Amino acid sequence: MNTHPNITLTAGETALVEALGASANPAAAVTAEKIRARGLPTRRVEPWHYTDLRSLLKAFPGVEGEWGAQVDLPQLIDSFVITFANGSHVEGELANLPEGISGTASNSDMAPPEGVVIEADTIGDINRALSANGVSLTVADRAKVAKPVSLVHLAAGGASQVLTHQVVVGEDAEAVFLDRNHSSVEENHQNIVTNLAVGRNAKVTWLVDQELDTATDRLAQLNVHLAEGADLQLLILNAGGRLVRQEVHVAVRGAGANLDIKGVNLIGKDAHIDVTTTLAHEEPETTSTETFRNVALADGNGVFQGQIRVARIAQKTDARMACNTLLLSDAADFSAKPELEIFADDVQCAHGATVTDIEEDHLFYLRARGIPEREARALLVKAFVEEVFEDLDYEALSEVLTTRIENWLDRNG
Amino acid sequence: MLEIKNLHARIAEDGTEILKGVNLTVKDGEVAAIMGPNGSGKSTLSYVMAGKEDYEVTEGDILFNGQSILELEPDERAAAGIFLAFQYPVEIPGVPTMNFLKAAMNSQRKARGEEEMKTPDFIKTVRGAAEKLGISMDMLKRSLNTGFSGGEKKRAEILQMSLLDPKLCVMDETDSGLDIDALKVVSEGVNALRGPDRSFLVITHYQRLLEHIVPDTVHVLYKGRIIKSGDKSLALHLEENGYADVIGEAA
Repeated sequence: MNTHPNITLTAGETALVEALGASANPAAAVTAEKIRARGLPTRRVEPWHYTDLRSLLKAFPGVEGEWGAQVDLPQLIDSFVITFANGSHVEGELANLPEGISGTASNSDMAPPEGVVIEADTIGDINRALSANGVSLTVADRAKVAKPVSLVHLAAGGASQVLTHQVVVGEDAEAVFLDRNHSSVEENHQNIVTNLAVGRNAKVTWLVDQELDTATDRLAQLNVHLAEGADLQLLILNAGGRLVRQEVHVAVRGAGANLDIKGVNLIGKDAHIDVTTTLAHEEPETTSTETFRNVALADGNGVFQGQIRVARIAQKTDARMACNTLLLSDAADFSAKPELEIFADDVQCAHGATVTDIEEDHLFYLRARGIPEREARALLVKAFVEEVFEDLDYEALSEVLTTRIENWLDRNG
Repeated sequence: MLEIKNLHARIAEDGTEILKGVNLTVKDGEVAAIMGPNGSGKSTLSYVMAGKEDYEVTEGDILFNGQSILELEPDERAAAGIFLAFQYPVEIPGVPTMNFLKAAMNSQRKARGEEEMKTPDFIKTVRGAAEKLGISMDMLKRSLNTGFSGGEKKRAEILQMSLLDPKLCVMDETDSGLDIDALKVVSEGVNALRGPDRSFLVITHYQRLLEHIVPDTVHVLYKGRIIKSGDKSLALHLEENGYADVIGEAA
């Protein structure tokens, strides 16, 4: 083994290697060696082209940070709450989970679900090396879980939080999960991997919602397996953080499965928010839609990478992807990269990406009715993003997410 | 009410002069029709009145109740009581019509130092006005003008006009895109708003609209100037003979 660093490590890499060195997990040594040799991925590594992790990861605080600070968590909807504070499970007795759902502390099987293949899996490497906690939840076959379950992740005091969750939803079951993330003002780090298997004809709504503070970095991954006839509505609201990479990898493995991803990225000052999705359609007659609306202001940087792979046998696939962005300042930036790899011949795949400013004609119309310019602009920005969360499968979320967006725009717009 | 004096205006982007010395006076309660062939500057006049930034006034003035409005922002002009009914009302997806109406009404009230309207009063007011125009509450829950038919869009414009209670209504080719039934509904809506304190500037290409909204005065706009004024018989004359002889006279 080469003990001399092959490259000069950045401050972020050095801190990460140190944290890996402190772990007894054999996987940590392997990951540390990889980083020592090649560093974190740069823009030369294709899946990281728009998020140069090497230069963007500025720090990696110690894994065992003190839990002290208060973190405000905006109220969303009534749910059963499981809270992790700096990686420790502090709230939500798993014995008291709503009827139809059971849970244990998890750490055993941390591999992505069957069929999920991840290229340049730095997030997974770090997670497998350092994850110390998480939950494993199982929704019983045919259970209709009435109460949503929240997985709340709070980071405070300058700590890294590395968690792995496993969620298995049984056949014909229904459930709603809210994955929520907030942090204190100090330099915190989140690495959270969730593996979700949705069973035959099961119906799931999953929300990933982060309003991290502006010094918190987040590397997150949601790996999904959809069985025959499974139906997943995935909602993503990114409204904070410094360096944020949300990966979603989905193996659509059963005929008739349906995936609907709706996302809003609110990209403020100093934020770099990257949503990267890879969808593998591997059985006939599956559908997927991805709709993203983004607002970038100040020097905010946004990225959307959407990859759709359609296997040779996956005839009648219907996959649609749209990513529309409002740039509200000259210094703001958004990169969108759709990528289609289609091996079947009878499929419908569509993608579209636009970057726009507010339409002057719309603005003039509102002003001609007496609405002052600032207010008229705010109305139009809200309209642009809020449209995404209209008419959700789980209706109660529409209004609360809309309110969250409005509050963010009022504060930052 | 309105005094337009030697108004010159050009397109800001390329400097093309469109209005070349418009003079026009509209008295309180008067319905003045502006007619003219395509490209004479009718729509430009309406946009300049409303304050659209695509146009620059290079000379002359627009006085509204004795005060120049040229320095006012579009929203300030609206709050002062000038309403432009658009030829092509824009579709704004994601802004529910009701929310828009409330924002518009309350912005104008605020600008005039009046109290904002409470929600129940607002809904009652809108419901009453909408009913008269055959507009359903369902339509008002939809995004502003989005997916509305041509007739629905124009009725929605008249609804806004009646709710915002302006002193001067500038109506830009309100008859375009309307079938005869829709034209009747819209005209009745406008006629119901006529009164001694409210004036109208009705801009139209055809005489058809003026059979329903009978004007007090008719003015012919050609190449950026008013070349002839008269009473409603002038509109009939134009209908029968076209613009050619009036243009010929002025030349």
